[in-house]
Amino acid sequence: MSFLKQTMIVGAALMLSVSAQAADDKPAVVFDMGGKFDKSFNQGVFEGAERFKKETGVAYREFEVTNETQREQAIRKMAQRGRSPIVGVGFAQASAIEAVAKEFPDLKFTIIDGFVELPNVQAVLFKEEEGSFLVGILAAMASKTGKVGYIGGMDIPLIRAFGCGYEQGAKYANPSVEVIQNMTGTTPAAWNDPGRGSELTKGQVDRGADVIYAAAGGTGVGVYQAAKDAGKLAIGVDSNQNHLHPGTMLTSMVKRVDVAAYNSFKTGGDGTWKSGVQSLGLKEGGVDWALDDNNRSLITAAMEKRVSQAKADIIAGKIKVHDYRSNNSCK
Amino acid sequence: MSQNSSTLPRWIDIGLIPILNVAMALLVSGLIILLIGESPLEAVQIMIQGALGYDEGIGYTLYYTTNFVFTGLAVAVAFHAGLFNIGGEGQAYIGGLGVGLFLLLADDSLSPILLLPVGIIAAGLFGAAWAAIPAYLQAYRGSHIVITTIMFNFIASALMVYLMVNVLIKPGQMSPESRVFLDTAHLPFAHEIFAWMGIKIARSPLNISIIWAAICCIGLWLFVWRTRWGYAIRSVGFNEKAAVYAGITPAKTIMLAMFISGALAGFVGVNEIMGVHHKLLLNYTAGYGFTGIAVSLMGRNHPFGIILASLLFGVLYQGGAELAFEVPTITRELVVVIQGLVILFSGALAYMSTPWIEWAYGALSRRQSSAGQGEG
Repeated sequence: MSFLKQTMIVGAALMLSVSAQAADDKPAVVFDMGGKFDKSFNQGVFEGAERFKKETGVAYREFEVTNETQREQAIRKMAQRGRSPIVGVGFAQASAIEAVAKEFPDLKFTIIDGFVELPNVQAVLFKEEEGSFLVGILAAMASKTGKVGYIGGMDIPLIRAFGCGYEQGAKYANPSVEVIQNMTGTTPAAWNDPGRGSELTKGQVDRGADVIYAAAGGTGVGVYQAAKDAGKLAIGVDSNQNHLHPGTMLTSMVKRVDVAAYNSFKTGGDGTWKSGVQSLGLKEGGVDWALDDNNRSLITAAMEKRVSQAKADIIAGKIKVHDYRSNNSCK
Repeated sequence: MSQNSSTLPRWIDIGLIPILNVAMALLVSGLIILLIGESPLEAVQIMIQGALGYDEGIGYTLYYTTNFVFTGLAVAVAFHAGLFNIGGEGQAYIGGLGVGLFLLLADDSLSPILLLPVGIIAAGLFGAAWAAIPAYLQAYRGSHIVITTIMFNFIASALMVYLMVNVLIKPGQMSPESRVFLDTAHLPFAHEIFAWMGIKIARSPLNISIIWAAICCIGLWLFVWRTRWGYAIRSVGFNEKAAVYAGITPAKTIMLAMFISGALAGFVGVNEIMGVHHKLLLNYTAGYGFTGIAVSLMGRNHPFGIILASLLFGVLYQGGAELAFEVPTITRELVVVIQGLVILFSGALAYMSTPWIEWAYGALSRRQSSAGQGEG
């Protein structure tokens, strides 16, 4: 199922339930340090929240944190104002959500990308390794040199999980493929450093890589530009970034954080909100690869067939993709 | 460093001019807020109310103040020796690593009474060690301390990421954080202390580190102005050649000043790691080291001035967060603009208004004296 089609179906289904929206919901979202315009993860949540606002006319409160201590402060403030559901964005907010959720057992909390187990918390996790596996297959099949690249943002386990899934997918399609991996940096600035992304891309191209996957937030913009300048291929992340450079963007690994935020707001209003841990993989449509008019010409029939088969196999459990985070190792 | 040699009385130099600088910064901020269609008066009211108007806000303001006192003092002591320590950020980071490692190793074996003093020593030693390398390079190899301390900030963050992601991470979780220290190793929060006394206040990250910050202020004042070492540091800062003539070894003095500077910056780790987060994590320094430079400049490198400047920045940080929270059109970027304007006017343009004030003061005092003569 294509990305667009899926969005439309989700959208249509949600349109139908607009009338059931309760009038008393007061959603709120606390963005993390990247900010709501990071062209990636936080922005995905922002778009989901905006879509909710547009469709239902219900306003939401928001806050962007600037340091570690503000996370708990902002979430508690939202709770004190009786906001519910409160969406926390990113694994770093997990401990703050946990602390505040215990103090306000009557309010609903959603943590995206984090794990908290409480009766009033909904934890939404994504199987990034599964989506990365698929784009890894495409990268290995599109590569003429037998070398593919990966550029991560800040060097943390989550970003290593992207790279690990990608490497497994590439090796699955072509066991002799070489995967060159680089991280942009060690501070949060690594999420928004297009210059460095561009330099790393040039370095990987010099070493022979001709398809480069970036999971680095705003840094990716530099990666895609450098890949385009060198006449190579690039793979986007989180949002569908195929439209950025048609002809260069081989595909995008989409992670539907927007749907997670939207659903939390939506179900919080109509009373169907459920606590518990959700792990969204290929099966649940939480992650996927993007195919649209912008990259149609780059994806051959053989590639599409192979990747669709792998997707079906992962969903059926025939292929097991290892998650770096399960043992902090890619083995 | 030499103070400016103006003819103005002290109360104008250290009282009126800083207040005028802040007022000018707020005036420009007000214009910007007006431009985006919000009321500047309402914004100031939200900031002040949010920072000083209720117990939780005061707690957060004083928590930020604690960090700024440590980094401000760190910059000031180096400044007295003529050194510009830009590395407070890295030294604070490594100081936190010091106290964090110590607590991870010893929180179950050492008596809780000993944990705080040894934790302080660990943070100070790690921070000082991180400052000692650039200090050595400056003192004995002539590498400029501004460059080396900046570079050591990056090395510190790289080291922390390596340790947190590969070594100290609690297994089976995504976030690069260590295990939480035992309860006995947590510094008491202000709201806990008040609760013991039967007074209920809202929870905030304010903890007893603020007392240590106050002790450091007094200690540093005594050290810089009442000891031989402090005299040596100030002599080297004023005039290195004259200091040599007076029998002072600049290289040793530079090492001493930077050692103390690094230790003070490292104490941010006590507040953050032992006081607030109770675990090792990434990015807890959040720019406090850099803001310390502005705090020290504004406080004229004197502990008392640094306390006032830290309070101001505490109000700006907490009030700014409150402002971004309450008024959706005022984003966190605009709050940074306001903070930046205060730094610009009280740091870079600190003496911009001095000529006018000198002129005004001169005119006033001439008129007064001539009026006095007329009467007599």
